Amino acid sequence: MMHRELRNHIIGLLNADIRLDGRKLTEYRKPIEVEYGVVKTAEGSARVKIGETDVIVGVKLDVGEPYPDTPDEGTIIVGAELLPLSNPEFELGPPGIQAIELARVVDRGIRESKALDFKKLCITPSEKIWMVIIDICPINDAGNLFDAASLAALAALKDTKYPAFDGEKIDYKAKTDKKLGLEKMPIAVTVIKIGSKFIVDPDIEEEKAIDARLTVSSIEDGTLCAMQKGGDFPLSIEDIDKMLDIGIEKAKELRKYL
Amino acid sequence: MSKIIAKDKEIAVPGETLAKGMEVLPGIGTCRDGENIMANRLGLVMIEGRTIKLIPLSGRYIPKTGDTIICKVVDVSFNGWRLDTNSAYSAMLSMKDATSDFIARGANLTQYYDLGDYVVCKIVNVTSQKLIDVTMKGPGLRKLKGGRIIEVNPHKVPRIIGKQGSMVVMIKDATRCNIVVGQNGLIWIDGEPLNELLAIQTIRKIERESHLSGLTDKIKEFLEKNGGKLTG
Amino acid sequence: MAYKQRIDGRGFDETRPIEAKVGVIQRADGSAMFKIGNTWAYAAVYGPRNLHPKFLQDPQRGILRCNYNMMPFSSSGERVRPGGSRRSKEISLVTEKALLPVLDLEEFPNSVVDVFIELPQTEAGSRCAGICAASMALADAGLNMKDLVCAVSLGRVDDKLLIDLDYSEESYKDGPVADIPIAMMPNSSKVTLLQMDGEISKEELMELLEKSRKVLMDIYEVQKRALKEKYHEVEV
Repeated sequence: MMHRELRNHIIGLLNADIRLDGRKLTEYRKPIEVEYGVVKTAEGSARVKIGETDVIVGVKLDVGEPYPDTPDEGTIIVGAELLPLSNPEFELGPPGIQAIELARVVDRGIRESKALDFKKLCITPSEKIWMVIIDICPINDAGNLFDAASLAALAALKDTKYPAFDGEKIDYKAKTDKKLGLEKMPIAVTVIKIGSKFIVDPDIEEEKAIDARLTVSSIEDGTLCAMQKGGDFPLSIEDIDKMLDIGIEKAKELRKYL
Repeated sequence: MSKIIAKDKEIAVPGETLAKGMEVLPGIGTCRDGENIMANRLGLVMIEGRTIKLIPLSGRYIPKTGDTIICKVVDVSFNGWRLDTNSAYSAMLSMKDATSDFIARGANLTQYYDLGDYVVCKIVNVTSQKLIDVTMKGPGLRKLKGGRIIEVNPHKVPRIIGKQGSMVVMIKDATRCNIVVGQNGLIWIDGEPLNELLAIQTIRKIERESHLSGLTDKIKEFLEKNGGKLTG
Repeated sequence: MAYKQRIDGRGFDETRPIEAKVGVIQRADGSAMFKIGNTWAYAAVYGPRNLHPKFLQDPQRGILRCNYNMMPFSSSGERVRPGGSRRSKEISLVTEKALLPVLDLEEFPNSVVDVFIELPQTEAGSRCAGICAASMALADAGLNMKDLVCAVSLGRVDDKLLIDLDYSEESYKDGPVADIPIAMMPNSSKVTLLQMDGEISKEELMELLEKSRKVLMDIYEVQKRALKEKYHEVEV
């Protein structure tokens, strides 16, 4: 354990109801900012800042063939690159397991909540569908990329407009006014367990010292749509109970920024 | 005729002409190019008599012999420890410089300094190839137990320490925290939770406002204003 | 039909609007943003830091490594596949060569200075924007440098010589086009990057090079101001 001392110190603080930077246990960093349409070359984009964490998500649309088992449904593809520009520990090269997990967690939140109606992405059944390609690019990783990327992905989808399509070719230069349209607003909140305490929105220091994390994605009415447990330590049923409560509660707060 | 173009206490960027003529002398961070004196890096212009120099404002720590630094143990080998110095180069702490205790051959070195431990040590030698030797023998040099580490701009360390340590002593007194400032920009702080936070806020304030005049008074005021809620 | 007027209405010697900011990525040792028209670049500098594997190390000085990358959604056409192309590798190389002459890394043997350039949005001139951002980021990282580096693209569209081509000009179909990215150390007027594709006479090229000095000095002023602004904010 390289971060034994740090973990002990954090636990000492958490027992006094305070975090390393003075925050309360379930308090997000401030300010939280959501900016739409930051990238003109994308069909939709958003930039989200949570404290010093800064993420850009861009959406490109393309036309492809549907999967044989869902001939009348479009699809989404989520990619994440942990750019070495954003964190001294990230390296160049193909996406590693961290990046893949991040992309998959964002993907599941959108897919399973049915935030997008895949049937509406169908152009000609069995032939042509819209593919919604969502790419996550962190600019500054100061912790909690999961929640920032999920929020930015949803905001970018909200911003997305179809390009002109004549049945054969896409004209990316000619944007239409037709929005992609979101059916649901899934928000991911990652709840962290350190010692016996639970926190949200970890900074870089806290991320080094976590025992376990649970990313909880929920929609407006509190229904859960995706989860992901991470970290090396197990969770008890009681832990999960508490973490879900925090996750659902905090999602309501984050949703207000959209 | 010589002429100083740059203004005292202004920011100069690399390549900027600071002065013309041979009577002005190039100091640290500047160089002569024919008649001209140019900035060789980004820095704060200081004019001292005929000499013009630049005070660095940014950049990573560069290890120097005699510096007291805070390091993290990143590897333990059979004859010593490798330490992360918060610079481009790691340092070697050999068994003979590690402790005044006798270490038996083949002893488990992690019982002295384990992976992830932070230590205050002193640089005894830096070679041209930047191999660094440090020692733990000397007043104040020790393993840091408990507390937390924060990172600051290493160029602001002299202001955080203050003249003869006056600034850091003031923070220690006001916050009742133990504080060790490493010249490599790592600072160790140990105290009651709210006191620690105030100490960190104060250090951040010094970091931000290090070139304002009357800094000591401003910091004193800041500590007095925010010290009311402290415990311990 | 001759090219009479630029599509966006600017003068032939005029760049698109420029915006620059230093210290935009807190985790980096130095960072900057440079925007010219719709082309938008970020640069982050990490280092000098430990270099692995060891055989890459130079015992005399630190080495510089640059990486240029377009974000997947940064092109107005199809999505750019992540992972780098031959084009981005070549641009990384010429960027490195454009920046190296101003840097003095003798103080840092065996180490590396990494420069990561990312483009969220592009519309021609991206390598030049990347170089402008990177040079500010290197200065912000407090490295020893004898100058900044300024870059812009020069060009020819039909019978006109012009500065800072945009996408519509690069892809002009009714006459010959030349696109000439150039980078310069502003205080010594020495050229550190020069590429060209298209067709142009030697005389026209020399005329363009002469013209470029004024524009590059204007870009230099923008870079200088952005650097001073960051530290001014901090100091005063």
